[in-house]
Amino acid sequence: MIVVRAGQSLSDLRCGGAPMVALDARPNHVGIDPEFAVGTVLGKRYVATDGAELLVTKPGQGTLSIGVVPLVVKEAAPLPASD
Amino acid sequence: MSIALLLDMTASSDPGRQAIVCDDQRVTAGQLDALARGGAGVLEASGCEHVVYVGLGGLMLPVLMFAAARSGRPFTPLNYRLSDRGISELIARLPAPLVVADEGYLGVAAGSEVRVVSSDEFVKRAASAPPCEHFPDPDDVAVVLFTSGTTSAPKAVELTHGNLTSYVTTTVDFASADPADAALICVPPYHIAGVGAALSNLYAGRKMVYLTQFDPYEWVSLVEREHVTNATVVPTMLDRVVGVLAEGDHRLPTLRNLAYGGAKVNLPLLRKALELLPNVGFVNAYGLTETSSTIAILTPEDHRDAVRGDDERFSRRLGSVGRPVPGIEIEIRDDRGSVVGPGTSGELFVRGGQVASRYSGLGSALDEAGWFATRDLATVDEDGYLFLGGRSDDTIIRGGENIAPAEIEDVLVEHPDVGNVVVVGAEDDHWGQAIVAVVIPAAGSRPDPDALRQYVRDSLRGSRTPDRVVFVDEFPTNATGKILRREIVERLTAGAPVP
Repeated sequence: MIVVRAGQSLSDLRCGGAPMVALDARPNHVGIDPEFAVGTVLGKRYVATDGAELLVTKPGQGTLSIGVVPLVVKEAAPLPASD
Repeated sequence: MSIALLLDMTASSDPGRQAIVCDDQRVTAGQLDALARGGAGVLEASGCEHVVYVGLGGLMLPVLMFAAARSGRPFTPLNYRLSDRGISELIARLPAPLVVADEGYLGVAAGSEVRVVSSDEFVKRAASAPPCEHFPDPDDVAVVLFTSGTTSAPKAVELTHGNLTSYVTTTVDFASADPADAALICVPPYHIAGVGAALSNLYAGRKMVYLTQFDPYEWVSLVEREHVTNATVVPTMLDRVVGVLAEGDHRLPTLRNLAYGGAKVNLPLLRKALELLPNVGFVNAYGLTETSSTIAILTPEDHRDAVRGDDERFSRRLGSVGRPVPGIEIEIRDDRGSVVGPGTSGELFVRGGQVASRYSGLGSALDEAGWFATRDLATVDEDGYLFLGGRSDDTIIRGGENIAPAEIEDVLVEHPDVGNVVVVGAEDDHWGQAIVAVVIPAAGSRPDPDALRQYVRDSLRGSRTPDRVVFVDEFPTNATGKILRREIVERLTAGAPVP
């Protein structure tokens, strides 16, 4: 997961209902909360209400959320290929 | 985020997809991924600090660019058309380089300590080397490109992983291309468009078909053979492709999208191209080395609105480079640095994540607020469409008045006897600089200099009338179609024929 745009809300970023940790932190393996199991799609961007934005570089079954509010997929306006 | 992550994502989503076609080679996304991993191992073992490529491009560009990224080393593709001396001068500016060179360029570092390995040998070693993987920071340099140096000595632009990934992820939707899509790439590897093409087509999931030595017949034939849907050309290439299409034997039914850029395309040529390819969506792309490729786009819809010609506001946009891409802010500033509004000309400043912040050895490329001065003259219209008026360095100062050559060129190129035209300032005892129109006559015509001067006088202020009109057969250009104005001026000053 890559942070494309930072935001205050990311301090409570969760995936599958569990708090997300930094790359170098030791993950605390917990199961996915069935309430947050819609999953993420590779290459899609997800946004929080404060504008914070994430790019999914490895997809999974957990839903991204800030607290209990799921992030939403950003629908990008398609640009014509230019190079 | 590293550019290598763009390849990771592509290879993990569809490793069996055909990613690259180059001559008789066909490489899947998974194979490219493996080559880049092994290539990183080769670079790691070499102990070099910088990776240089001298060659025609094609498959070698993505292989080396991603191998360098995975090994945490900056990568520089060099202009193989430069003299051996020119190439070694640029190599000498890079720290502890390893040079990878195509067969014909193995002698580029002869007489120096620099190590050179052939492209074939590199790929062979990459296939069996133990892979290596570093994770560069967004601020680490991914690619160093030398500017073409048409107006000054080449500058080394440092494009970071952050710059390039920001460009790709904000302008391209991951895996958004149709599985049957194919992009024909004929821009050279050392040009920012070559770097941009490799990154954005891979990320979009579009097969890349390489034509490393441009020939208009081969271009047309590749479009037909590989069912090419997208292509990008520089103006000189567009001109030659239009010449082949005008012969009437090819319709290019698979081609959906044709992007042009790299230098200005004159309007008569663009109109002819639009007429010959009525079902193709044209895209004008404007960008600089320092901006990681495209910063503004005139879309296919903009082109169609302009061609319909029922509204002057739309039709003049055929001469526009379009509107900024997401993530790019623009400002136009006058001589005193104040921001000006729509309709007023000034210098274009840009800001955004894709804009490079440093030149090697020269320091920051940006002002305190993060803006980059493009040195391009520009105006915007009420709807935010950007119009370029040439390089600010090309401005002619005649009798104390600033004159943008583009203004006069745009008029003259519409004259039926004019094939192409460049307007320059030549040293003049009386005016300081005199306006000289250097004209390539249209095929079969012999224009009268005074008639051309009158033609300009009819539509522009008298001070814009060329003092002299000179006829030539061709302009000196670089490989990407940029006209070398400095060379034209030098020849005029020396009294030699142009070119």
